[in-house]
Amino acid sequence: MSIIGSEFLPPSGLGRRGLIAASATTLALPAAAQQAPAPAAGKPGAASAVIDVNRARAAPIPIAIPGFAGGTAANPNLGRDMAAVVTADLANCGLFKPLDPASFLQAAATMGDVPKWSDWKAIGAQALVTGRVQASGAQVRVEFRLWDVLPEQQIQGTAYTTGEANWRRISHIIADVIYSRLLGEKGYFDSRVIYISGTGPRNRRVKRLAIMDQDGANNRFLSDGSWLVLTPRFHPTRDEIAFMSYANNRPRVYIFDLGSGRQRMLGEWRGMTFAPRFSPDGGKVILSETRGGGSNIYVVDLDGGREAQLTNSGAIDTSPCYSPDGSQIVFNSDRGGDQQLYLMNADGSNVRRISFGAGRYATPVWSPRGDLIAYTRLGGDAWNIGVMHPDGSGERILSQGFAVEGPTFCPNGRVIMFWRETPARDSRGNGYSARLVSVDITGFDERVATTPTDATDPAWSPLGA
Amino acid sequence: MNIKILGAFAAVALLAACNQTPTPTTASTGSGAVAPSGPVPGSEQDLVQNVGDRVFYAFDKSNLSDEAKATLTRQAEWLKKYPQVQVQLAGNCDDRGTEEYNLALGQRRANAARDFLVAQGIAASRITTISYGKDRPTAMGDNEQAWAQNRNSITAVK
Repeated sequence: MSIIGSEFLPPSGLGRRGLIAASATTLALPAAAQQAPAPAAGKPGAASAVIDVNRARAAPIPIAIPGFAGGTAANPNLGRDMAAVVTADLANCGLFKPLDPASFLQAAATMGDVPKWSDWKAIGAQALVTGRVQASGAQVRVEFRLWDVLPEQQIQGTAYTTGEANWRRISHIIADVIYSRLLGEKGYFDSRVIYISGTGPRNRRVKRLAIMDQDGANNRFLSDGSWLVLTPRFHPTRDEIAFMSYANNRPRVYIFDLGSGRQRMLGEWRGMTFAPRFSPDGGKVILSETRGGGSNIYVVDLDGGREAQLTNSGAIDTSPCYSPDGSQIVFNSDRGGDQQLYLMNADGSNVRRISFGAGRYATPVWSPRGDLIAYTRLGGDAWNIGVMHPDGSGERILSQGFAVEGPTFCPNGRVIMFWRETPARDSRGNGYSARLVSVDITGFDERVATTPTDATDPAWSPLGA
Repeated sequence: MNIKILGAFAAVALLAACNQTPTPTTASTGSGAVAPSGPVPGSEQDLVQNVGDRVFYAFDKSNLSDEAKATLTRQAEWLKKYPQVQVQLAGNCDDRGTEEYNLALGQRRANAARDFLVAQGIAASRITTISYGKDRPTAMGDNEQAWAQNRNSITAVK
């Protein structure tokens, strides 16, 4: 596995979601730190804290994250709040062990430019994060430094200047930098999840499109519940959502623009269109249209032009998803009698079945890394969320329950989110709930996301979106 | 549009009939002398009470049982009797299937019921179909009894 690159990608990584006038600059090493002993040998600048995350289950990295110094008039504790967001991100991913601030020997307030190394070594910190927040006109300037404690080195120093409203986002970006520098791969914290909110009794459920940061903050409802909406998906590069709406009692796939709040039906179809997903290049959508007793998969241009019909089996062919390189499509079909997973080339040729275990297989999604396909497996009493290699081998079950459905990968492919329904305990539906749940692809660290209502149909955004 | 107007007139006529027969017994005993009541012929309620508005399916299936065919045959006769009536068939599923697959399965169920009505001589132009997958359950429990109720096609007057 490759070790850290020599530089991180600050400004260009700031993404499409209007981080207006945000900028990032690299902080020079503080003068005092330049006196610190150089690493004994090996690659200059390589962090000793780096671990190989592809190994089965590495011990989490002990990291100290004191509250950042400073604040603003609006929030004198902004620095502390930012460090708390960074801490939660790193703790939740399961690959870091943020140390208890009560154990810290050096108080944040007494910290100068360079840490008192012995104090951090004494409590077992391998990595240390320090930061400082200052009002800068109408904006805030956030400096942060990541330190490798054992060789007494700065790994990263970056200052961000942005509007104060972006403070959570900058915190997630800092957590992503830490993740990337210490684990050698991109993080996923600066991302969002779009999902379907559900309220009211089950037989008169009100469903709304909703969006939140990946950690559950900044929840926002995007539709008012007038019409049933289902299965939202993020565009890979633009602030757009593909989803299904029953607007005017015509169930069809729509494209929703997050910036303007406008939506439009995607193309003109005789049948119901559903199960949309964008192509990796963002130029197309694959979806299903009902026809006769079956459902066929089509690929359409985003302008609505029908490009090609990819399946015509007479069966239910749906839940299509492209491979990250766009060359193949995985989908589920009952053409062999019950729901199973199939692969085909992007032009619809060379269809072959890849799922052969017990039960029905559904909702395949391709990992952004390309090496795994996650799916729902339905047995009689229990459903599973699992992963397999694209050739169908190496099947592993990550989670199980009465009803667990609809996996979606986080941007770096290390975490899967899905939804879990708890069955009603009586005929009035009491006890029923639906929650978003995330789990590491190793099957560890299952966590229930905090949502203000019942939640289903999660789809994770790309990084920086 | 025509149907709605017809329904409104019918309701008015019924009210008028009630007003003109102020017999003290109507509300109390429910004897055979009660003025004509019950659903307006050709209405949604008429369909539900006197014909049967829904048919049921086996798990993950869309073929029609003998019972379903009998219900749909009655629906076809009823539709012939009220040629102005248009209907929507809504296909539904239990929630022991995945969302997207169930959307397609619900459509398959609605289509099966529509095809049967058409084969009985009902003009296809009088029938529309829609699928709600597992999103419009009738029963709110999570047991086989509830699921069996939720695997259906429901005919509704438009």
